Amino acid sequence: MFELVTILLLLSMLITLYRFLKGPTLGDRIVAFDVMNIMGVSLLVLLALYFQRSLYLDIALVFGLIGFLGTTIFGRYIEKGI
Amino acid sequence: MQYVGYFFIFLGTLSFLISSVGLVRMPDVYTRMHVGTKSTTMGTILVILGTICIEPTWAWKLILLAIFILLTNPLSSSVIARAVHKDGATLKLDAFKEVEK
Repeated sequence: MFELVTILLLLSMLITLYRFLKGPTLGDRIVAFDVMNIMGVSLLVLLALYFQRSLYLDIALVFGLIGFLGTTIFGRYIEKGI
Repeated sequence: MQYVGYFFIFLGTLSFLISSVGLVRMPDVYTRMHVGTKSTTMGTILVILGTICIEPTWAWKLILLAIFILLTNPLSSSVIARAVHKDGATLKLDAFKEVEK
């Protein structure tokens, strides 16, 4: 049961990685980066369920915070430059 | 209770899979952003709900994570939309083009 769910999540991350590598403009790459970040948060929740450790939920929270900061900084970079 | 939780997690990962397929097939930056933000929010909320059903003692941390995702995900979508629009991206299928003529 757990393996099926994890394989589906990793498959969707792989399809998103295709858009990240191919995407014609910078905006497409940032969208794909954001989607992969949220999938990473969900994957950390699944790993916490698999290893039975609630410490990974804190790591998921910090990972989501860092990903949000990265998306915002890239959006500012498109808008105004460095 | 465990099977209900795994059912919710399966629905969430199915939402992630639909989101990634739409991210490949959509023709434009705006439509890709529309696909990539809304369904991933729903997928994350479903995965967290399933984990709450399996392990009820972790509920507070998971609810905090869900509130955090619900707050920051539309905000990052709005930031990307504003930046791409100011950069001058155009729609591929413009619905208002024939109205203006």
